[in-house]
This record gives sequence, structure tokens and C-alpha cells, in this order.
Amino acid sequence: MLTLLAYAVLGIFTLGFLRRIWIYARVPAPLVIPTTPAPVTKMGVVFRLFKEVAFFESLFKGDKLAWVGGYAFHGALAVVLIRHARYFCDPLPAFFAHIQIAGILAGIVMVGGLGFLFLRRLLIDRVRYISSPSDYLMLILLLGIGITGLAMTFQFRPDIVAIKEVMSNLFSMSSASLPLASIGDVIFIIHLTLVGLLLVIFPFSKLMHAGGIFFSPTRYQVDNPREVRHVNPWAGKK
Amino acid sequence: MADYDVPEIPEDIETPCLEPGTMGHVKLYPAVDKHMEPLGFPPAKVENWEDAGIKKLGDMLEKYKSLQVYLDICVKCGACADKCHYYLGTKDPNNMPVARADLLRQVYRKYYTAAGKIAPGLVGAKVFDQETLDKWFTYYHQCSQCRRCSVFCPYGIDTAEITMAAREIMDAIGVGHKYTTEIVAKVHNTGNNLGIPKPALSGTLQFLEEDILDATGHDVRLPLDEPGADVLLVPPSADFFSEPHIMSLMGYAKVFHQAGISYTISSIASEAANFGMFIGNYDQKQKIAKRIADQARELNVKRIVVGECGHAWRVAYSFWNTLNGPFDHLDPNYPVPQHICEFTHDLYQKGALNFDKEANDEYSVTMHDSCNVARASRMGPNVGGQFEIPRALIRATCNKYTEMDEDTIKEKTFCCGGGGGLLTDELMDLRIKGVLPRVTALKKVMDGNGVNFLALICAICKAQFTKVLPMYGIPMDTVGGVHQLVSNAIVLGDRKGII
Repeated sequence: MLTLLAYAVLGIFTLGFLRRIWIYARVPAPLVIPTTPAPVTKMGVVFRLFKEVAFFESLFKGDKLAWVGGYAFHGALAVVLIRHARYFCDPLPAFFAHIQIAGILAGIVMVGGLGFLFLRRLLIDRVRYISSPSDYLMLILLLGIGITGLAMTFQFRPDIVAIKEVMSNLFSMSSASLPLASIGDVIFIIHLTLVGLLLVIFPFSKLMHAGGIFFSPTRYQVDNPREVRHVNPWAGKK
Repeated sequence: MADYDVPEIPEDIETPCLEPGTMGHVKLYPAVDKHMEPLGFPPAKVENWEDAGIKKLGDMLEKYKSLQVYLDICVKCGACADKCHYYLGTKDPNNMPVARADLLRQVYRKYYTAAGKIAPGLVGAKVFDQETLDKWFTYYHQCSQCRRCSVFCPYGIDTAEITMAAREIMDAIGVGHKYTTEIVAKVHNTGNNLGIPKPALSGTLQFLEEDILDATGHDVRLPLDEPGADVLLVPPSADFFSEPHIMSLMGYAKVFHQAGISYTISSIASEAANFGMFIGNYDQKQKIAKRIADQARELNVKRIVVGECGHAWRVAYSFWNTLNGPFDHLDPNYPVPQHICEFTHDLYQKGALNFDKEANDEYSVTMHDSCNVARASRMGPNVGGQFEIPRALIRATCNKYTEMDEDTIKEKTFCCGGGGGLLTDELMDLRIKGVLPRVTALKKVMDGNGVNFLALICAICKAQFTKVLPMYGIPMDTVGGVHQLVSNAIVLGDRKGII
């Protein structure tokens, strides 16, 4: 049962994500429309996109509050995800012992960042106006994942050895089930369910901004229309 | 002049609180059959317009990566919300770029996404009905396609792309805007947006030649339809008739004269502007631009130089090569096309031109970057040349120069409030409010630094500013082209014989 679910969730996420990316890649860009000043070489574009993805450069220019909340959340999420590899690796490389503290701190920063973004969405009239229920629910979902994670770290320890055993064999069609002996074990099941939900929603939602940004013509195109003739593949066709 | 509500100019640009519906009353004149049909659009609203509109959206999702990606990936962070001059000036929430884009995104979600089909209320999906269409018509004609929002968006979402798509869908179902469609029809009939026929154009140019001769004693020519010239000059047609545009035209002519480069204007391609971009229609964009490419061949010129016009420069610089290229028959030693500022600056650097700065000593100058030049094109070989080259020309021709607030210039420049096909009287209320951020920054340097001249390189900006700045108590003649300054300062005679 658990195995089937895991396959279903990962299947929907992977295929759904790849399908969207395939669409973004396949739909042609008829004209050259980079937001200028723009790089005039491909390497320049790589650097521009790197700055967007690594530092959220445009957002920093545009909205300091959103940048603080967004950067705290995304940066912390990256560290938390790296730390989570400890639950899948056997034997555990020594590296993970060193980032244990950082990973736990990042969990707190992540939840803090999400809370900040939630309040910002609620309190600034402009952002409240443009928010749909799904925009709040997305934050609540992520908050739920973060808070259940922190709860297990600080208060309600699940049977992590048993869980790791089950998760490691998840894809080998074993019929093992997760432990259910403590509050911690229950919280883990909630944690895992929310993560599954997030993965299922991912390809059908605004979460596709991850990946999508690389297909944004105003950002990925090189500013060289006079030097290199850009060809519109559908020009002249009806 | 009708009574308009002109806002007070604040000390600094302020982000207002939302006031829903302040601009919902704006009524545009709908396009009529005689303008729609020649462009290949239905003469009037088609019967099954809902289905037709939804289908058109589907077609465009297959053709425009920008549209497909931008409708999908907006996270509603709101970084763009306070960046639009129309929002800042009108307080209407639908003028926040994200909210404007959402008017189309709601329909996209409803018909083209699983989430919108399953849970429309959750993700804000909406049916394409009369109410939605009315909002589209109102608010997609309150976007000047200036792209300021795209500078600040973490994903580079460009509302201009969404606006163009929405206008294209509306045209496809027979719901067009009179002003823009009428102008596109005119450009096909007469060669320019103003509908100036060849005899009138020829008369004007002769008159200007006499004018320059009287004023300077030099026989500066403004040739029309002369085959074999080195350069085809394509100005915006406003340069032939409007103030202060015409002063820049005289400036271009003096530069050609002094450099000893032969050139010609074409009566068929007597317009750099391309309203095909404003209506978002690829075929029209191509067809309008093709007149110029054809004339370059016909007149057997070696180079094409484009006059002071913002969106025209975007189309020329970014799109011409794709639309009607390659331009192999032209001189490969020069970029195709060249901006008049690049052209003049290049000559100046080679020493072919001399300027007497004192001729402009009555002016204390600041520069307004026009959106399509600033955020959608380049000049010269270097990144940011579109800012540096016009400024270099101003510095070469004037002694007094001041920059406006750095958040209002270069890629962060504010639209004049009249771009994107909105330069029409029925939108005067919008145009007055939309100019507010620019006026605020301008007033600051006028009061603080004694600035009395706003130099720029766009025909629409010039027309908009000369109309609305006086309503804010700023004299009309504060506004002028960069080549107006060139025209004043250029020293004629004693050719150096360069080129």
C-alpha cells in the first residue's frame, strides 16, 4: 500500500513536472524580448540566471520584504533538504554529522520565513488583493511540513530507526508498514502525507516557478538581435 | 479643454492604498468595420465570441513561450504591484501588473489547467463572459506595455506580453480599439500614422529646408524618395508636423549635412512607428515593418537609420531582423538598423561634428529614458548603451545636465503615460494620472536644480508630455528631443571631410 502510494506520488510529480518543462521548452519564442540592459553573450545569460536563482536579484530590486521572507525560506529549505539525505543514506557519510546543527537551525528559519510571508500576504493590501485561497493554502501546507518536522526534532521523537528501515525499502515492494507506537510516529505520518500532497500539487500549480524561470524569454534570451538573426519557427505558416 | 482632475504633485513618489474601481469607468471607442476588416479582423463582435476567444487563447499558448510560461509561473509575490505608473497614479488595483495579468490568467486557468477545471474558486479561475471581456477591454487598454514590472519580477514576467496577447484575442473576436486599428489602417494606405500624403510631405520638407537656410545660411537638404542615397532615414511621422518633434528632424538633417553623408526619406516608409506591436499582432507588425525593408531595397541605400521614436526602435532593433531579415544587401560595416543617436554619436566620436555648447546655455537639461528604448533595446556595442549614448550627446551639446532620481531613470524609468497605443483623447484622464510618477521626479529637479529642459528620444513621449505637463503647470517647451539640442549646438560649415 505504502509502496504503491509512493510510486503514485513520485510518478505524478516527476511526469507532471517533466511534462510542464517539455511544454515550456517546446513552445517557440517568436521574437527576441530580453528585458534590457541584458547580456550580449550566452555566458552573460548564464550569469544573469545564476544571479536570479542564487540571489533572487530582481526580487531584491523590487521588494525587500518579499526578498527577506522568500530568501530565508528558500535558502533554509535547501539546507533542510540536504540534511534529509541522512534519512536515506546508509551508511551515513561523516559530512552529515557536521551539518546537523545547521540543518535544525534552517528548519526554524524556514518556518519563520514562511510565517513572515504569510503575514505579509495578509497585511499588505496590494498583496492581499492579488491572493487566491490557493496562495494561502500553499503557505499553510509548507508551514505544516515545517512545523511537523520541527515537532519531531524537538519534542515528539518518532522511531526513526524503524522509519528509515521502511523508507529505505519503500521501492522494493516490501509490505512493511510505518511504526505507530508514539505521538512522534503519528506526526511523522502527517509530515510524510503533507510532503506527498505538495509533490502531487507541484506540477499543477505556481510551484512550477522552479524550472519555469529558465524558460522566461525576458531573462534567458541574449541581447544580440542585430548580430544574430533570430528565426521565428512559425513565421509564414498559418 | 475639458475639465480634468489633475492630482497634486507630491514631494516624492508614493505608493497609494488601493481604491478599487477608480478607473473602471474608462470607456474606449470601439473599432469599426472599416478599420478592422483591412487588418484581417472580424468587422464586429463575432457571434460565438466566447468559444472563439478561448480557442484563440489556446492557439497563442502554442505560439508564444512568454505567454505560456508567464501565465503559469506567477507566484503572486506582489513585487510588481507598486511598480506601474498607472497604479501609482490611479490607485485602481486592476492597474497593478499582477492583477492586470490575472484578468487573462483567470480565463487561462479555467479552460487550460487541471486545477482551474477542478477547483476554480480555489485558484481564482473565471469563466470568459461579458463581464470578463469588459474588464479586459478596459484594463488591457490601461497598460502602456512599458515593461517596468518585468524589471522587478523575480521571473521576468512581462505584462506587456500578456497585454499584447489579450488585445490580439479581442481583435480576433471583433472587439478592437478604434485608435490603434484606425492608425494601422492608415499606415497601410498612406505610409504613415498621420495619414500625410506625398505632396504634403514633400511641401513640408521643402519648407523646412528654406527655414534652415534662413536661420543658418546653409543649404541643408531634406531629400524625399531619392534613389541611390547612402542612408534611408525613417523618422516617426510626427517629426514632420508636430512640435517639438520637428526640431529634432532639423537636427538629423543638419547632422547628415555636416557629415556629408547622402540620405533620403521615403514617402512610402515615412513612418518608423509600428502599431502592430501595440495590438499584439505578428502579421501586422511584419507587414508594417516590411514597407521599410522594401523601400531600402527599392531606393538602393546602404544603411537604415531610425529617428527618435521609442517603440519603433524596439521593433527595428529587436524585431526587424526576424520579421524581414536578413539585410544582406546593406553595408555590413554598420549595424542594421542604426539609431539616429548611434549615428550622430559615432560621427561625433570620429570628429566629423563640432558642437557649440553655449548655444544651449539657456537650458538646464535632464534626460527622460523612454521605456521601449530603455528596457527593450540597446544602442552601440555595450550593455546599457541605450542610456549612455543619448546622454553622451546631451553632454556634448549642453553645459548643464542633471539626472533625475535614480529609481526613475534608465531601466527603472517611468513611462510618460501615453505609450502602448493609449495616446488618444478618450484616455486623457488615465494619461494625466499615469504621468504622475514622472512628473514628481521631474518637478524635483526643476525646483531643486533649476532644470528647464526634458530631453528624450520618443515621439509618443513628446506628444504626451507637451499635452499633459502644462496641466501640472510645467510649460510645454520644457520638452524636446535630443536632436533638438544637437540642432542648436551643431556648427555648420568647414567640413572636415570625414567618411
